[in-house]
Amino acid sequence: MLTLSEVTALKGEAGNFVVSILQHPRYVDMDKCIACGACAEKCPKKVPNEYDANLVKRKAIYVQYAQAVPLKYAIDPEYCIKLTKGKCGKCEEVCPADAINYEDKERHIDLNVGAVIMSAGSETYNPLDHDTYGYGKNKNVVTSLEFERILSASGPYGGHMVRPSDKKEPEKIAWLQCVGSRDEHLEGRGYCSGVCCTYAVKEAMLAKEHAGGNLDAAIFYMDIRTNGKDFERYYNRAKDEAGVRFVKSRVTNIVPDKESGMSLIRYVDEQGLRVEEAFDIVVLSVGLGATAEGRALAEKLGLELNRYNFVSTGSFKPVETATPGIFACGACQAPKDIPSSVVDSSAAAGVAGSLLSEARWSLTRKAQIPEERNIRGDATRIGVFVCCCGTNIAGVVDVPAVVEFAKGLPGVVFSEQNMFSCSQDTQVKMGEVIQEQGLNRVVVAACTPKTHEPLFQDTLTSAGINKYLFEMVNIRNQCSWVHKDDAEAATVKAKDLVRMAVAKAGLLEPLPEPILNVNQNALVIGGGVAGMETAKNLSEQGYFTYLVERDGKLGGNARSLHETWRGEDIQGYLQELTREMETADKVEVCLGAEITDVDGFVGNFKTTIMQGQESRTLEHGVTIMATGASEHSPEDPALIESSRVMTGLQLQQGFNKGDSRLNGLSTAVFLQCYGSRIPERPFCSKVCCTQSIKSALELKKRNPDMHIYVVYRDMRPYGLREDLYREARTRGISFIRYNFEKELRIEPRDEKVEVEFTDTVFRKQVTIQADLLVLASAIVPEKENPLSQFYKVAQNEDGFFVEAHVKLRPVDFATDGVFVCGLAHSPKPIDESIAQAQAAAARAVTLLSAKSLPVSGTVAEVNPLNCSSCGVCVSICPYSAPRMDEKTGKAVIESTLCKGCGLCVASCRSGALHLKGFETSQIMGMIDCV
Amino acid sequence: MSTEKLGSVLIVGGGITGMQAALDMANSGYYVYLVERTSSIGGMMSQLDKTFPTNDCAM
Repeated sequence: MLTLSEVTALKGEAGNFVVSILQHPRYVDMDKCIACGACAEKCPKKVPNEYDANLVKRKAIYVQYAQAVPLKYAIDPEYCIKLTKGKCGKCEEVCPADAINYEDKERHIDLNVGAVIMSAGSETYNPLDHDTYGYGKNKNVVTSLEFERILSASGPYGGHMVRPSDKKEPEKIAWLQCVGSRDEHLEGRGYCSGVCCTYAVKEAMLAKEHAGGNLDAAIFYMDIRTNGKDFERYYNRAKDEAGVRFVKSRVTNIVPDKESGMSLIRYVDEQGLRVEEAFDIVVLSVGLGATAEGRALAEKLGLELNRYNFVSTGSFKPVETATPGIFACGACQAPKDIPSSVVDSSAAAGVAGSLLSEARWSLTRKAQIPEERNIRGDATRIGVFVCCCGTNIAGVVDVPAVVEFAKGLPGVVFSEQNMFSCSQDTQVKMGEVIQEQGLNRVVVAACTPKTHEPLFQDTLTSAGINKYLFEMVNIRNQCSWVHKDDAEAATVKAKDLVRMAVAKAGLLEPLPEPILNVNQNALVIGGGVAGMETAKNLSEQGYFTYLVERDGKLGGNARSLHETWRGEDIQGYLQELTREMETADKVEVCLGAEITDVDGFVGNFKTTIMQGQESRTLEHGVTIMATGASEHSPEDPALIESSRVMTGLQLQQGFNKGDSRLNGLSTAVFLQCYGSRIPERPFCSKVCCTQSIKSALELKKRNPDMHIYVVYRDMRPYGLREDLYREARTRGISFIRYNFEKELRIEPRDEKVEVEFTDTVFRKQVTIQADLLVLASAIVPEKENPLSQFYKVAQNEDGFFVEAHVKLRPVDFATDGVFVCGLAHSPKPIDESIAQAQAAAARAVTLLSAKSLPVSGTVAEVNPLNCSSCGVCVSICPYSAPRMDEKTGKAVIESTLCKGCGLCVASCRSGALHLKGFETSQIMGMIDCV
Repeated sequence: MSTEKLGSVLIVGGGITGMQAALDMANSGYYVYLVERTSSIGGMMSQLDKTFPTNDCAM
């Protein structure tokens, strides 16, 4: 990891680049700095704190935030008095670690790499660039990023939501959408930033939570674009349950009222009346833009930029730049939210991985793990490490007293305090103490095991003792945080918790972690674009892949598509991809195949498929679900039969086939959200707005005199697609917002189709006689998909598969070894399906390339003597780990499937089950000692 | 210059995107250099308070 560094030059070619890096001096020795903070406390120079959006100051010697990685201070050479004027030197005086080095110089480093991934990100729009809202003058007008800091517990007001000018608790907050987005008047800001609608909804919901229900939150918008997975539900919740007001109005200026500190906003409401309303805080929902640094980097790497200075990529190769071997992901190629950025990252890793697969493992270093010390029969020797977490714990809990207390507990031979128990230097020291003191149990009293237990367990492993001889106490959340007003009680509680942990630690036993070999084949289910792209990447990375398709043909929905929104030819791409699948050595395509049975688990799946009358079993280590979804077809038979009515997909097909119905049309209507955003299907199908605009432009190209009306609720051509929307309007396509609450009537006749709706602007009924009605129909997944049962993966209420984590694990399932991509995950356009397919392949390869997996030692075990064969454990386990052994009739636990949740242990009425690492004796030992 | 492919990769930018790419590359057998312009990694996501819809802490 090279911080404070930038790329200065690049030479070479894909597979073998030389990259020159310039590392700026930090003026603090990273090996010596213990991040105690003494330097920043004494530093006399205050500078704006960029991390807290400049709402407060920091010192010239700083860490960006308390959890920064690396947690090492740095001196800001622009402001440091010593470096700029040669005076001061305070930090050097107070540093206990002798880490300050004013003589530090910049370094030039040359790196040899096979590929380069650019993830330079984006920055928020600075409203100072165009003074419309008084930002910078009126303290109560803040950007959305500043508002995030205002809400944050680690922010400038400690998580107490107040008005910046006078720290008064706000009663009314307004959000103004599209600040620095969808605005051609601002230079290079014509696109939609794609993330602001959803984050404004989130901020409004959080603000309401902070205020305890007494806050009036209003969002002023042009279109609400909540088109990501489950975003629409969140929007509905904000609107219908949380009472967030949504006002469709573009606000052009804000008038501050000096006396009250309020900001006045004038707008026209739904009834067409002019309204003036005052707000305590006005949040500008600022858009995302390309950074100057990103642009400079792209120039050094020789990459092509689009007109907004984002890195150019194509729909069929979503993370590849025009230069082979250089990949771009995340917000440096277009405004993107967190899940799309994370998908891009994994996709870039997948594509870079396929380029370099022959060199896999050639340059990695293997961690040296010493042989595990046998502690059986040894006297108990417990070490207790108590963390100060800077001031986070020590600011409340009397840490030295806890350390002293621990020394007197039975079995404890060593106890000390650490500034940061988790820091790299403490880990090294902890390892040394374990060896010097011959410790055979370790207790760490610090923060939460959820995030930090694996780190300490690794330290135990590298110090030569079994990682399960470890117990962690959370004296941060459970003591210093919740009892911050009562230091004494917090300290007493910390001592009690340490006492309990020591009691349990004395009873801990080493647990083995069985090693599981990973079958090196992959199975991809679904032969659409997502499935084929996954299979393509996996095979290019060197893994044999079965591609199973239910239909008799590959291609899925893409067989009907015409062009991408960028105008790329989908049929040509599809033919090439299909041909690759049929000829690739490492891909076996199984057409007309149904999955009838699945057995096994991560690393060793056995999937039985039926092709015609023939059944065969495929063995594979990983599974990728690319089962797709389909277009919702109208329920009314009159609409299906009418030659004047088509769905969005049928129109695309019509373009491909040269459908004669598309000739000689004079009027066409596109009806948006057909079957989407309704109570039965409360999600946005994401692709239809852009697809209708694209199709409308295609019709207009064929017949420029044609009248085209797009009847919509919110137009959602997000990101750079906004350009296409603008083009459509300049070409004379009419966009009419209709009132969804009022009746909508469609009447197909022989010659015409009549569409009647209520226009929201004029509040009048409008009837259009059209030659063609295009229904922008919803994308619907298969509800109750049998694969969900087979692979133990969940579907949401709409029938889309549920990923392991919405933001951070968007293509993984909670079930190990199973991944998801494409429409089966959520509605999305072809470029995003391809990126997700490549991401799923990359995530699968992280398992395949390891060749074997350790399985957790914290698993349930059956004592068959006590088992009464009742089967409760089998029915209660969410992971299908227990089964009844056919021979003995007793329960057995498949340890590779067991997650150690303990449900079966608690429900076993015969006391036959126990959970390793959480034995009854250990738990009772903890209880008995307090 | 040799035409042999190298098993290492450079990632420029240490925000959530760069970090995820670094983890996936490292976990699939490649040596990763992660270059970040500022003094620590984390990027814009570390500045966010909570993330929707779960209200998970962004940190």
